[in-house]
Amino acid sequence: MSIQIMKSGIQDTIQDRGRVGYRHLGINKSGVMDNYAFKVVNMLVGNKLNDAIIEMHFPAPTILFERETLIALTGADFSATINGEEIPLNHPILVCKNSILQFQKKMNGTVCYLAVRGGFNVSKWLKSKSTNLKIVYGGYHGRALKKGDVIKVKATSKLSREVCEKDFVVLPWQTEIFYNRNENKEIHVLKGPEWDYLSEESKKDFMINLYSILPSSDRMGYRLSGPTLVSKSENEIISSAVCFGTIQLLPDGQLIVLMADHQTTGGYPRIAQIVSTNLSKIAQKGSRDKIQFTLVDQMVAEEMLIKQDRHLVQLQNACSFKLEEYFNGK
Amino acid sequence: MDRVKFSALGDQALVIDFGNVIDEKINDQVIALFNYINSNHFPGFIEAVPAYASLTVFYDALYISHHIQIESSVLSWVENELMKMMPKSEIKKETESRLIEIPVCYDDEYAPDLRWVAEIKGITAEEVVQSHTAKTYRVYMMGFLPGFAYMGEVNDNIDVPRKTNPRIKIEAGSVGIAGRQTGIYPIASPGGWQIIGRTALRLFDPRKTEQSVFQSGDRVRFYPISQETYLAQLNGYT
Repeated sequence: MSIQIMKSGIQDTIQDRGRVGYRHLGINKSGVMDNYAFKVVNMLVGNKLNDAIIEMHFPAPTILFERETLIALTGADFSATINGEEIPLNHPILVCKNSILQFQKKMNGTVCYLAVRGGFNVSKWLKSKSTNLKIVYGGYHGRALKKGDVIKVKATSKLSREVCEKDFVVLPWQTEIFYNRNENKEIHVLKGPEWDYLSEESKKDFMINLYSILPSSDRMGYRLSGPTLVSKSENEIISSAVCFGTIQLLPDGQLIVLMADHQTTGGYPRIAQIVSTNLSKIAQKGSRDKIQFTLVDQMVAEEMLIKQDRHLVQLQNACSFKLEEYFNGK
Repeated sequence: MDRVKFSALGDQALVIDFGNVIDEKINDQVIALFNYINSNHFPGFIEAVPAYASLTVFYDALYISHHIQIESSVLSWVENELMKMMPKSEIKKETESRLIEIPVCYDDEYAPDLRWVAEIKGITAEEVVQSHTAKTYRVYMMGFLPGFAYMGEVNDNIDVPRKTNPRIKIEAGSVGIAGRQTGIYPIASPGGWQIIGRTALRLFDPRKTEQSVFQSGDRVRFYPISQETYLAQLNGYT
């Protein structure tokens, strides 16, 4: 079983949770931008949570499914269609052979995830299937997907109740719709190691003002535009590790948020760090969206993480129960 | 160790800062703790990243909260584990670290900034090369790009600032200087270091078991080669 890219999008890559354990060699983690949507899309089709998916930005690709298969889409809403008919996000969808998936218009969010039951079968490099665009390695030949690419799907137990006579069948359950990018501007952050480099006034400015995301933002980082912040200390630190969600103060007083393809180390003050559970939220924001930072303390951030995890476990159980029930009639 | 400072880098990492300076002794402590942690994982340990004067430790907060009785925050539990480890880490003797020798062609064709460095420092290009090849450097840290080693410290007579306008593309193997640091671009990349030569060695190869030639704590020497040798090596290595 495989899928074929009939038309490429602007940046479609094979990703999983990323490459863990090699930062000390300067090898960046890569991996998905929205870890929440990534886990959910795999749950919906009954995959393992770390199976490889396709991460898509808009304009998104046109994809041909050569055989009948179970798919799901989560994350950004790009008005997906199968053979011209609209399909919803956050549902498992059974598509018939020779069906074509297309995306019409960007409605909401920035990154959309496509999972196929079984997961995409590309070879692992350093224990991960994520694409590292910088060194052109990992994922599908180390690059974004192009027209004509054929990506294999791992063979898995066949789901066979439904005979696919129509173009597709939307299975009758969905996971909740998590994003509302216009209404929720709040991003929770923890103080970073160099938080106290900021003057007292700049600390206030950081928290009370809205920041907007500049168009030059990508998988490496989001440049922000907002009040100019002032550092009481030096403008640079001796290079030290950074990670996904680190907010650095640039010499011109503006901020950058490091995203999934960030470098392993950096020399700008790390004034704040986005809490793990809010990384998905910022990943779904894009050019010209506004955000506001709220400072939380360590215990709160840890509790948010535990709570989200508990929710994901419940969701996964519910998804496998529903799939089992639907296909095996239990 | 009294200058050591812990700070959170979010809810799943913490930075151990040994003092905000570039210093061999401090870097020794960083690398010693890095080596110790790698062979003595605490539950939930993910990975550690040594830098000039800091070690950042990534951990799985969910794993720890599920498997360990925590009194306050996961962060303070990890901090406590690390405090227990710190006195146990031992600094290697210099002779125990690897010495890696790098052949460099300093010919003009591969050294777009060599004459500029010579001019600004009031020495000849040959003296720049002599100075660069005279010292044994230490790999203080890896970062910026896969396989990129931050090495130091160069002699005063070739200490030059970065370029005001970074180049859009620096070729793989280019040897550069930035302040007291020297380093080699393992892959083609934009960059602001002053380029004084090029090596044919492939410093990062994802297909190899040891992807990176360098790791933190290595000692490195450069030696000059002719263009002829450089080209022969280049053909041999690719």
